[in-house]
Amino acid sequence: MSEDIQPSAEQRFLERLKARDAVRGAEPTWIAARRQAAAARFEAIGFPSKRVEQWKYTDVRRIRDGEFALTDDADFSPAQAAALTLPIEAIRLTFVDGVFSPELSDLADLPDGASVEPLTQALADNHEAVGAVLGRLTGVEFSAFAALNMAFAEEGAVIRLAPGTVVEPPIVVQFLSRANEQAVMSHPRVLIQAGARSQATVLEHFVGERDAANFTNVVAEVFLERGAILTHYNLQEAPLGDALVQSLQVEQDRDSRFVSFNVDLGGALVRHDLVAELNAEGAEAQYYGLFFAQGRQHVDNHTLVNHNAPRTFSDENYKGILGDRARGVFNGKVVVKRDSQQIEGNQSNANLLLSDRAEIDAKPELEIYADDVKCAHGTTTGQLDEDAVFALRSRGIDEQTARGLLTLAFAGEVMDKVGLDAIAERVELAVAGKLPERFNLGSLVETGLLEEGASQGGVADDRND
Amino acid sequence: MATEEMERLVRREYTQGFVTDIESDTVPPGLDESVIAFISHKKGEPEWMLEWRLEAYRQWLTMKTPSWAHLDYPPIDYQAISYYSAPKKPEDRPQSLDEVDPKLLETYEKLGIPLHERAALAGVAVDAVFDSVSVTTTFKEKLAEAGVIFCSISEAIRDYPELVKQYLGSVVPQGDNYFAALNSAVFTDGSFVYVPEGVTCPMELSTYFRINAANTGQFERTLIVCDKRAQVSYLEGCTAPQRDENQLHAAVVELVALEDAYIKYSTVQNWYPGDEDGKGGIYNFVTKRADCRGDRSKVSWTQVETGSAITWKYPSCMLRGKDSVGEFYSVAVTNGRQQADTGTKMIHIGENTKSTIVSKGIAAGRSDQAYRGLVKIGPRAKRARNFTQCDSLLIGDRCGAHTFPYQEIGNSTATVEHEATTSKIGEDQLFYCRQRGIAEEDAVNMIVNGFCKDVFQELPMEFAVEAEALLNVTLEGAVG
Repeated sequence: MSEDIQPSAEQRFLERLKARDAVRGAEPTWIAARRQAAAARFEAIGFPSKRVEQWKYTDVRRIRDGEFALTDDADFSPAQAAALTLPIEAIRLTFVDGVFSPELSDLADLPDGASVEPLTQALADNHEAVGAVLGRLTGVEFSAFAALNMAFAEEGAVIRLAPGTVVEPPIVVQFLSRANEQAVMSHPRVLIQAGARSQATVLEHFVGERDAANFTNVVAEVFLERGAILTHYNLQEAPLGDALVQSLQVEQDRDSRFVSFNVDLGGALVRHDLVAELNAEGAEAQYYGLFFAQGRQHVDNHTLVNHNAPRTFSDENYKGILGDRARGVFNGKVVVKRDSQQIEGNQSNANLLLSDRAEIDAKPELEIYADDVKCAHGTTTGQLDEDAVFALRSRGIDEQTARGLLTLAFAGEVMDKVGLDAIAERVELAVAGKLPERFNLGSLVETGLLEEGASQGGVADDRND
Repeated sequence: MATEEMERLVRREYTQGFVTDIESDTVPPGLDESVIAFISHKKGEPEWMLEWRLEAYRQWLTMKTPSWAHLDYPPIDYQAISYYSAPKKPEDRPQSLDEVDPKLLETYEKLGIPLHERAALAGVAVDAVFDSVSVTTTFKEKLAEAGVIFCSISEAIRDYPELVKQYLGSVVPQGDNYFAALNSAVFTDGSFVYVPEGVTCPMELSTYFRINAANTGQFERTLIVCDKRAQVSYLEGCTAPQRDENQLHAAVVELVALEDAYIKYSTVQNWYPGDEDGKGGIYNFVTKRADCRGDRSKVSWTQVETGSAITWKYPSCMLRGKDSVGEFYSVAVTNGRQQADTGTKMIHIGENTKSTIVSKGIAAGRSDQAYRGLVKIGPRAKRARNFTQCDSLLIGDRCGAHTFPYQEIGNSTATVEHEATTSKIGEDQLFYCRQRGIAEEDAVNMIVNGFCKDVFQELPMEFAVEAEALLNVTLEGAVG
């Protein structure tokens, strides 16, 4: 009844797009054309409902029914930005609610052969070079959120590495979310082109003011040429009112390696889609993830590895820790195409439920069309091992601390692989500080008990009951 | 292995394909309320049953064919199917084996199932379903002595309406899914078992289903109720004659286990899988579900699926009683152009419920196979426990094996594990056998049987033997 009078959610978003189109300056025709096509696609498919298999466990009403404006300013108090920024030596691009902030960015350490710039700059310099690759991985049949992103996309990060370039300091792309009076949305675009044998570390950092309630919809495309090595970090510490949808797509050529660390700590509604296309022999993808949610947070991780060529490799390990009424979703998929022989694909997912009202929906999938493959996946869900808790308690550690330590140890398997200490520390403190049981981690670290506790492992995820 | 040899073996004719010429009393193809009324009338059913069927039919009309399965087949024309076929002269049904139509007995002989012998020797009561009407039921007296009711569902509707009314549709409601709704509307036969309180069924119960008469779908409905502390083991085996048109098979099996009851349900399914182009095989869309209603009840599903062009089948357990147990052991073998999307659902509702899933899939030729399973732990299922293992073996580079396990866990005291692997037969394993003088094909059979051992050992003895033989036949020549 009321639907006849009120415009649909999709219409509201499209109205906003129309208003935006009216004030936007002239752009290359290809962008306008793609914008139009994306808007048409979005209008045709609309926001996904829970009846769509890919969105079975994730309700997007928070985004669909929200009122999100667009913003043009990047004002942010430098002091606060400094507090939120990860304290590491880095090449830094900062976006405030999707708008580039030159003041909060630092591109000084850039070596020769590497270029890191905002999308608007890249377009102004040579829009054709951008147009040649932008949107190649999202394809024509892109998802509703990728379509929405393309329709609105104006800003983002463009990272290009010439063949053989090695960038030592991490390249940080920082997305700051402000506590605006009117919630805003942003649709940043990230483009990473790594030339042959180049090497770099890229960190996408989502963080913001405590009371923010914005919607960020990122689409990232990564192209790895022959032998390129890219380590990609997602440090997601978005404010607890934020909604974040991130699509990260990777295309890999021969002998290239893509390592992804995805750490989810914040956000009210978070959805990641991570897709790697292993297109030539020797390409390798590694996915490591940790999601920690409490309160009423909802974190959804969808990962996909497409083994499109023989002798390609993938390894995946995701850990989930869920407390209170949080809900986690893990959907990992490994696809081996016809004639992609001698594949190795491993996938593992372990989840720890800290509360009876928390929920995890896990679905590790294998889709295999070749016979000479070694693929395995495993997933477990359980609780802390009471024997391990007892073991710690019998050594004079109070129960809450013991539980905290064991929870950290559970995350340890993934965190051990993190190469950036600053991230590992930040995560460890965040997880420990955010645990329902409070304990003083600092003093434990000093007395060296943490290592002992951590090395005990001891989460009830083995078969013996 | 020589390609010709392989081809020859792969092309082996379906040895159990033949058509027995028995005059059928068949309704013209098509489905509407009058056809349902005809079936109901033919079966001499009471009014409430007809109403129940019509209710299901009306729900079916509003439903859509499910499309989520990893299957590819042309749309089915439900109006081209004839929904009733029964051997003639239902009035003078044979009372013993001697009276059975010799042609039918001959059919069983060809199938390698010497009914009388097997029944007598193995002590198995056989409720043979030849097309849609139960032809013979043996060992009735012995079962009656124990108080066990074992008859066709049609008889049960007539003779035990109260039991049927109480349980029919209580596990799989009429509108549960597209195929279950269709089955509820048009089912023509199937088995009914009731094991009263405290009784352990004195023998294994068995039904051989058989599809005959071209163009008729077979819609069985099986209902097994195990009262408190009762136990029963039920075997279901299938085989079908060769024909060209795809045949639809949409069965519904409902199991009810009350307190401390134990039901073991074993299936060997070997329907015609179609020719080498995948033409003519059986479409097998089955809904099987067990309701562990009582505390400490247990249901165990074991299946060996080697036949059918398309298999869509998810034997499930609803673990409602405290400490109830659900088990699912499955071997699925596909060859040629077969497609199978099969698995299980374990719904943990009660406290301390446990479930085990062991699924072994073997794909050869150009076949496609998927394991699809759901493990759901409800918020009240304290200390629920699940272990799942699903392994796939690929033989040849044109087949596919897929795993789609869903886990929905809403309880922190639950422990749920899932493991899956996909691989091919190891060259080193083969080599090891070959250098000890074992022929390649025998070696493969040995390895495959070893791969399936966890499931086969759950089968009743004769079934296990049959299953191993079936497996070898199905895979013959598929290995190179």
